Amino acid sequence: MRAVVTVTGSDRTGVIAGISGFLAKKNINIEDVSQTILGNQFAMIMMICVPESSDFSALADECAAYGKGIGMHVRLQHADIFDAMHNI
Amino acid sequence: MFNKSQVIETIEMVEKEHLDIRTVTMGLSLLSCVRGNARETADAVYDHVMRKAQHLVPTAESLSRRYGIPIVNKRISVTPVSLITAAFPAESGLIGGALDRAARELGIDFLGGYSALVHKGTADYEEIFLRTIPEVLAQTERLCSSVNVGSSRSGINIDAVRLMGEIIKETAELTKDRDGLGCCKLVVFCNAVEDNPFMAGAFHGAGEADTVINVGVSGPGVVQHALSFVPDADLTDAAEVIKRTAFKITRAGQLIAKEAAECLGARFGIVDLSLAPTPARGDSVAHILEELGLEVVGCHGTTAALAMLNDAVKKGGVMASSRVGGLSGAFIPVSEDIGMIESAEKGRITIDKLEAMTCVCSVGLDMIAVPGDTPASTLSAIIADEAAIGMINNKTTAVRVIPAPGKKVGDSVNFGGLLGRAPVMPVHQGDASKFIGRGGLIPAPIHSFKN
Repeated sequence: MRAVVTVTGSDRTGVIAGISGFLAKKNINIEDVSQTILGNQFAMIMMICVPESSDFSALADECAAYGKGIGMHVRLQHADIFDAMHNI
Repeated sequence: MFNKSQVIETIEMVEKEHLDIRTVTMGLSLLSCVRGNARETADAVYDHVMRKAQHLVPTAESLSRRYGIPIVNKRISVTPVSLITAAFPAESGLIGGALDRAARELGIDFLGGYSALVHKGTADYEEIFLRTIPEVLAQTERLCSSVNVGSSRSGINIDAVRLMGEIIKETAELTKDRDGLGCCKLVVFCNAVEDNPFMAGAFHGAGEADTVINVGVSGPGVVQHALSFVPDADLTDAAEVIKRTAFKITRAGQLIAKEAAECLGARFGIVDLSLAPTPARGDSVAHILEELGLEVVGCHGTTAALAMLNDAVKKGGVMASSRVGGLSGAFIPVSEDIGMIESAEKGRITIDKLEAMTCVCSVGLDMIAVPGDTPASTLSAIIADEAAIGMINNKTTAVRVIPAPGKKVGDSVNFGGLLGRAPVMPVHQGDASKFIGRGGLIPAPIHSFKN
């Protein structure tokens, strides 16, 4: 399943490493990464591929919880919502 | 494929502009639940709703997490109860109680369908049913009621209109300890639709399939935000911005509706394109109109701005969904929209202007508090006026007014939550009781004869 992870929050060290490690443990492949710093604000968008066998909603909850643990806002969303809203 | 800016746009719509799916509503036919007496029918109705809708709330919550879009309400609409209690109408309250209990146990905030369709005439069993409404609404918490008193095809049943004025008064009286809260759960329609997902007027029409998922989208804040980027655009360009935004909002609704129907083993019914406000700041239809250039909603120009908004929402939404239905337009409830509340509190919007606005949008005079001593015949006359607008213009219109017990103009009522608060608005003092008292049927308009 194609999905998008977005990470926002105050910049600090180890965010990319932490998120990547978290996703790798879930057997999730990262296909594209875009990251920027605006002021002190960190923002990252990752295109990922989630195994079909995964419980997507549970994984979304785990991502949010992981983000909370490192003081960042981490969202996992199925790619279909972006396709639906922005493509005819 | 989509790009990074579109990802960010979607997330900002949700997190900053109140984009949400307002309701996923499961429509259920109760026709198979009719038994030989009211008690057995009530038991069958309870069992049927509990079985069919057991996965509704968890499924909607799972979809919300999957797509990162809040689904605010999970609701149920059922076959008009008057149709399944025709053999024992005086005991209809038993079925109402069973539905309310099922809604509570399923975690559903409102269940609609304690309803009757009497637009051409009121059968004896229907009149008995209608008279149960005040007590049932006072004794239940989540049950909603609606009554269709007119249609473009059949005219307006003024006998039913007269009765509904009395029923609204009685409902207010029986819930006077809560500012007449029962009236917030009672809608009187002309041209009611059978697939409306929004409360309090939802019911599951007899022409519908057994189990259907209808979805109502929202997003006034998203439209207002999009318009804020084009402050100097002419109205053609502003309408284009609304259309594009409505398209995106509706596509989210379409995706959720299809997925929810598949997960729940139901048919995908319709997506309702309405812009539904809440009392939260940044979620107001009135503020969209003000963003278009009105000093305050209710001033001259409001009707034109609303007509443009309503039309643009439909044009964008129709392109985005394979099945559009329900009410589809912009809602203008007073107590449920912070912009409306503030304008009404300053006396800048009147019931007359609201009536004019209902000519160009969905749905009608909605969530309006009027003085508690307003005569039943005046409430009936308000309903008749609104039904006439619907009948002549081939559109749905509705009245949901609250004659707030013990309150007068200048007071206010507060229902809390999504129902919001409202100042008590003045009504005209002239007496319409002779007109309403004539009864009978206002004949169908000439343009109804299309066969």
